[in-house]
Amino acid sequence: MTKKKSGIAYFFRTPIRRWSWLFMGPVLAAFIIGFVWPFIQGIYLSFCEFRLVSDAQFTGFGNYLKAFLDSSFMHSFGYTALFAVVSLILINVLAFAVAYALTQGIKGSNLFRTVFFMPNLIGGIVLGYIWSMIFDGILSHFGTSILQNSTWGFWGLIILIRWQQIGYMMIIYIAGLQAVPEDMLEAAKIDGASRWQTLFKVTIPNVMPSITICTFLSLTNGFKLFDQNLALTAGQPFLIQADGSVIKTTEMLALNIYNTFYGSNSAAHGTAQAKAVLFFILVAALGLIQLAVTRKKEVQQ
Amino acid sequence: MNKQQTLAAEKRRKTTLTVILSVICIIYVLPVLSVLINSFKQNSFVKTDTFALPNAESWAGVSNFVKGMTFGNYPFWKSVLFSVFITIVSTILILLFTSMAAWYIARVNSTFCKIVYYLCVFSMVVPFQMVMFTLSKTADTLKLNTPWTIPVVYLGFGAGLAIFMFVGFVKSIPLEIEEAASIDGCGPIRTYFSVVFPMLRPTMISVGILEIMWVWNDYLLPYLVLDINKYRTIPIHIQYLKGSYGTVDLGATMALILLSIIPVIIFYLICQKYIIKGVAAGAVKG
Repeated sequence: MTKKKSGIAYFFRTPIRRWSWLFMGPVLAAFIIGFVWPFIQGIYLSFCEFRLVSDAQFTGFGNYLKAFLDSSFMHSFGYTALFAVVSLILINVLAFAVAYALTQGIKGSNLFRTVFFMPNLIGGIVLGYIWSMIFDGILSHFGTSILQNSTWGFWGLIILIRWQQIGYMMIIYIAGLQAVPEDMLEAAKIDGASRWQTLFKVTIPNVMPSITICTFLSLTNGFKLFDQNLALTAGQPFLIQADGSVIKTTEMLALNIYNTFYGSNSAAHGTAQAKAVLFFILVAALGLIQLAVTRKKEVQQ
Repeated sequence: MNKQQTLAAEKRRKTTLTVILSVICIIYVLPVLSVLINSFKQNSFVKTDTFALPNAESWAGVSNFVKGMTFGNYPFWKSVLFSVFITIVSTILILLFTSMAAWYIARVNSTFCKIVYYLCVFSMVVPFQMVMFTLSKTADTLKLNTPWTIPVVYLGFGAGLAIFMFVGFVKSIPLEIEEAASIDGCGPIRTYFSVVFPMLRPTMISVGILEIMWVWNDYLLPYLVLDINKYRTIPIHIQYLKGSYGTVDLGATMALILLSIIPVIIFYLICQKYIIKGVAAGAVKG
C-alpha cells in the first residue's frame, strides 16, 4: 500500500519539478526584489553610516545608540504604546458589545453590520482628512484646532481608529459568538443562570480564541499606524526642546521613522534604519507571541 | 415571573437594543454624510458651519468638483486611472503567480519549498517601515518606478499573505483529483489550469479582496516608489492637496474625497458578502 502511494507520488512529482521555473520563478524573482533583498540590505545598513546606499560605511552599533538617545524616538515609542493599549481596550470592548448585541436575533442585524463595517474600506489618508474636517469643525467654534493640542490629537486619533476598526473586530467576534454551542447556553438557562452569569461564565470563555486574535490584531495595528497619523495631525503640535531638538508630540513610531529618513537631515539615514530594525523586532515579537498563544489554544481544544 | 412577563421583558430588551444600535448607526454614517454636504459648500463655510446643510449663502454647486479636477496642477482623472490600473494589474499578478507557487510548494514540499514558505510567513510580520528605504532604492535601480512596473513590487511585497492563504487551501484539496488528471494524461500545466485553478475559487476571492483593498488604499509604497511629479494615485493626490499649499481649499478637498469613496462604497455594497468573508479569513489566518 505504502509502496504504491510513494510510486504515484514519485510519478506525480517529477513532471512538476521540470516546470519549477514557471511555477516558482515569477514569485521568487518578485519576492527577492520586493522583500528578501531590501530586508537583508536594511539589516546591514542599520550598522552603517550612509546617505545614498552606495556610500555605506560600517560603523557597528553607533546607529542603535543614537536611536536610543534620540528623545523624539523615545517619546514616540511611549506615545505609540499608550495609544496602542488605549485603542486596544476601547476597540475590543465596544466591538464585542456590538457583536453581542447583533447576535441576539434583533431585526435589521444585517443592515447594522453593513454600516459598522463600511469605514474599514476607506483608506487611512482619506479617513484622516475626513476626521480632521470634523474635529476642526467642532474646535473652530472654540477658536482652536486639533493641531494645537496634543491631548485632542491623541483622542482624535483614538476616535478615528475606533470608527475604522470596530466593524472589523466585530466581524471576527460575530463569527466567534455564532460558534458558541447552543446547548451550553440552554443548559445555563435551565440551571437558572442570569444573563450576565451566562455571558461571563459561558459565552466569554467560549470566544476566547476570537478575543486573542482581536487583541493582537488591534495591538499590532496600533503600533503600525501611519497613514491616519500623517493625515490627521502629522505630529503637530511641535515642542522645541532646550537643546534645539524638536519633539513632535503626536508623532507615532512609524511616522518618526519616516521623518528621520525623509526629513531635512540626510546624515540620519543610518539612525533611521536602526530605528526601523528596532520597530521590526517589536512588531515581529508581538506577532510571534500571538502565534504561540493561538497555537497553544488550538492544542487545548 | 410567568411566561407572558418574560416574553414582554424580552421584547422590551430587543427594542432597547435596536434603538441603541440605530443611534450608533446614525453616528457611524455622519462622517460620510458630512463629506457629502461639505463638498457642495464654499470653502470659507466648511470650517465654520461644518454640520449645517448648505444654504443659499454657502451653496457652491458643482464648482468644488470642477475646481478639484485640476487642483494642485495635477489632473484628478489621471490619478484615478493610475490607481485603477495599478490595483487591477497587481491583483491579477498576485492571484495568478502566488497561487501557482503555492500549488507547487504544497505538492512538491521539498526543503527548498519549505524555506520559501517560511520566508513568506516571516514576511507577514515585517512592517513596511523596515524595508521602505531599501525597497524604494531597489525599485529605482531596477526601473520599477512607473505605474506599469510597480505591480512587480506589489507582487513581491504582498506575496507572503497570499502564498500563506493559498498553501493552506491547497493542502485541504484531496490529492486524488490531481492524480486522476495526471493518469488521464494531463501534464502539470494542464493539471494546474484546468483542475486546480477552478477549485481555488473561494480563496481567490478572499485573497483578491484583501489585495484590492490594500493596493487601492496604499499610500506610502507608491509615494516612495513612483516619480510623484509624473504619476500619482488617489491617496497621494489627496495627501498633496494639503501638502503643497499653506491654505487648503477644503470644499474642493471634500469634493475629491467624496469622488474617491463613492466607488469604494458601491464596490462594498455589491460584493459585501465576499468582502466580509475575505477580510475575516485574512484576519484569522494572519
